Amino acid sequence: MGEFDWGVIWRYRAALWDGMLTSLQLFAIALAGGVFFGTLLAMARLARWKAVSVPAAGFVNLIRAIPFIMAIFWFYFLTPMIVSKFTGQQGEAVGPFTSAVVAFIMVESAYYSEIIRAGIQSIPRGQPGAAYALGLNYWQSMGYVVLPQAFRNMLPVMLTQAVILFQDTSLVYVVALKDFLGAASKAGQLTGRIVELYLFVAVVFFILCFAASRAVKGLQARLAVAR
Amino acid sequence: MPMIELRKVSKWYGSFRVLTECSTSVAKGEVVVVCGPSGSGKSTLIKAVNGLEPFQEGEIIVNGVSVGDPKTNLPKLRAHIGMVFQNFELFPHMSITDNLTLGQVKVLGRSREQAVEKGLALLDRVGLASQRDKYPGQLSGGQQQRVAIARALSMDPIAMLFDEPTSALDPEMINEVLDVMVELAREGMTMMVVTHEMGFARKVAHRVVFMDQGQIVEDCTKDEFFGSPRSDRAQAFLSKILQH
Repeated sequence: MGEFDWGVIWRYRAALWDGMLTSLQLFAIALAGGVFFGTLLAMARLARWKAVSVPAAGFVNLIRAIPFIMAIFWFYFLTPMIVSKFTGQQGEAVGPFTSAVVAFIMVESAYYSEIIRAGIQSIPRGQPGAAYALGLNYWQSMGYVVLPQAFRNMLPVMLTQAVILFQDTSLVYVVALKDFLGAASKAGQLTGRIVELYLFVAVVFFILCFAASRAVKGLQARLAVAR
Repeated sequence: MPMIELRKVSKWYGSFRVLTECSTSVAKGEVVVVCGPSGSGKSTLIKAVNGLEPFQEGEIIVNGVSVGDPKTNLPKLRAHIGMVFQNFELFPHMSITDNLTLGQVKVLGRSREQAVEKGLALLDRVGLASQRDKYPGQLSGGQQQRVAIARALSMDPIAMLFDEPTSALDPEMINEVLDVMVELAREGMTMMVVTHEMGFARKVAHRVVFMDQGQIVEDCTKDEFFGSPRSDRAQAFLSKILQH
């Protein structure tokens, strides 16, 4: 086995940095998309009309019932097929990044919708009532009165979910997308220094996620005082 | 034509009937107090007036517009009916000024400056001008309810609905809210008020509606009601709440 060779990290710093950028990009898009569509899904699930709430509930329950990694596989193989079906042409691979983005937004929107639904339900019903009484319509009542309060209540849970999401970005490794973990694996295979690289990946993930968790804790304490 | 007219309004929660053929009206400038034991349907009835509570049968006409008609633009109708709630329902994430201007700007389309001017004038009127930059959580219950009244008035309402406005208040704060309401009544505001405050009813009500078990049992002038309520249920109710 011999000694550890930590220099390998420095030699592959460019590839590792590129991988980290891919991870962060995927994280940011999935987070934004997940919160946006998650909010719409939560509102749909709470809608009075069954034609809206039942399909939304079905989608959320389906996505939450399958392993995340399976969704990533599915979209990697399915997206080109769907594209070819609509364009009539031979399905061209859309590439691992796009398919991963689609899978992540779908899955995260289902997860976030459950958090946001709880957030909306935590707001006393008199609040939208007062908004309606002023003449605000549904979207205004949601946008100005209910959601700002719901997000405030749910912020710690949403940030915790974001930390989990960031860790989950490493799953794209299965569709050969070079995220941070993928880049480290590749470097490890090329140099035979897989142990050092995986340790490095673990340390980086730990530092980022631990720092984020601490920040969430601090935020929670501040929100508790403000209330 | 009355400002608010209810014709045989009935409502069910599932198979449970909460309102049974309720009919009454509020003329322009009239103050009608709705009272009755808890669970008698008073709150449900007053919330039906601006469509916050749907009902299945009957008709409610406000200023010539049918509330129950699916074609009615409810937000537009509600914009001109002020409502004050038992739990104030100020928006806790907004400053007092923003609470006073949200509806004016987003619903009535007033400019921010106009809305602030109007809001602050009303805030001054309820004696809270100095609280403009605070948040609802920093005010006492009585102060919050006065802000809520100012918020409703900022929309230039043609009628005001009060749903037990003093029930959630500590006793020493009840009067500061009632004083504002009495003043409003004396200015000729059309008001429908669900309350147990019989002193308020005596002072400014024109008519009293007594409800029990989802039905309007009495609907008469104030003097008739306090003089000689015709029904046993109203007599029993009055003797209970007037004891102390």
